[in-house]
Amino acid sequence: MENFGYLFAAYTIIFAVIFLYVVFIWRRQARLEVELRTLEARLKEVRQELMARETTARAAQ
Amino acid sequence: MNKSLNLALGALTGGLMVVAIYMVFEYVPTEADQGIVQRIFYFHVPCAWVAFAAFGLVAICGIFYLWLESPIWDDLGYAAAESGMVFCTLVLVTGSIWAKPIWGTWWTWDSRLTTTLILWLLYGGYLLLRAMADDTPQVARFAAVVGIVAVADVPVVVVSVRLWRTIHPAVLVTREGGHGLEDPRMVATLLVALAAFTALFVWLLILRFATLRMRTRIAKLAGELNLAHAAAGDL
Repeated sequence: MENFGYLFAAYTIIFAVIFLYVVFIWRRQARLEVELRTLEARLKEVRQELMARETTARAAQ
Repeated sequence: MNKSLNLALGALTGGLMVVAIYMVFEYVPTEADQGIVQRIFYFHVPCAWVAFAAFGLVAICGIFYLWLESPIWDDLGYAAAESGMVFCTLVLVTGSIWAKPIWGTWWTWDSRLTTTLILWLLYGGYLLLRAMADDTPQVARFAAVVGIVAVADVPVVVVSVRLWRTIHPAVLVTREGGHGLEDPRMVATLLVALAAFTALFVWLLILRFATLRMRTRIAKLAGELNLAHAAAGDL
């Protein structure tokens, strides 16, 4: 089992780096999903507000 | 991204990885000259293969982006460059760990090692450009050109062991034209590891591509929200 330490180190680094990269992607994806939902909800609110204002303006005319 | 496709790809990658690990540590015979440390080879070479494939994809995406100017190609190229960089880093690190007990040094300015380091620096520059600059079509075009030019180093890395004097072994085909892997179990283990890393790359690429598409959609929605706010202010 000579040089087993090198073999162990190489495989540990490979799996650690891949694991960290997957975690990095998942965390970023979760953050972007929250941001996307917030923006979609805000856009919906503003559009509804716009439509309501247009309806009021037409009724006033 | 479709969650069931994500799960299926993740499961396929995990399954192939388990088989590859079993073959590396149990199935394949120990190499006579180098001993147990030669087993680094079975993950070192697939990392290199995946990095080369990723950088090739960056160049293809760059060409399509310059031709069609669709942000989908830009996002796919960016995702491929980032994933390729992860694997290229692993090639350099595992190669260095392998070199220490075999060559007696962590690093030597050998042609294969030097050209691989140049490759790493080129795509490091590509990613730095993407990280530092704004997401504008001009930056995307510039990145596409960098991706197309940088891929020229990949064939140089591949043929470097034949072009120049080197201590790096030519694994698949030797200088004399012989086969570097004489035992069929070694070939089988390498092929399974190649399949596992290819699946891993595809999975990571799709995951990263999905986040980049999401980012593009957020930028578009933010623009729409600004317009809507402006319209609300006008009324």
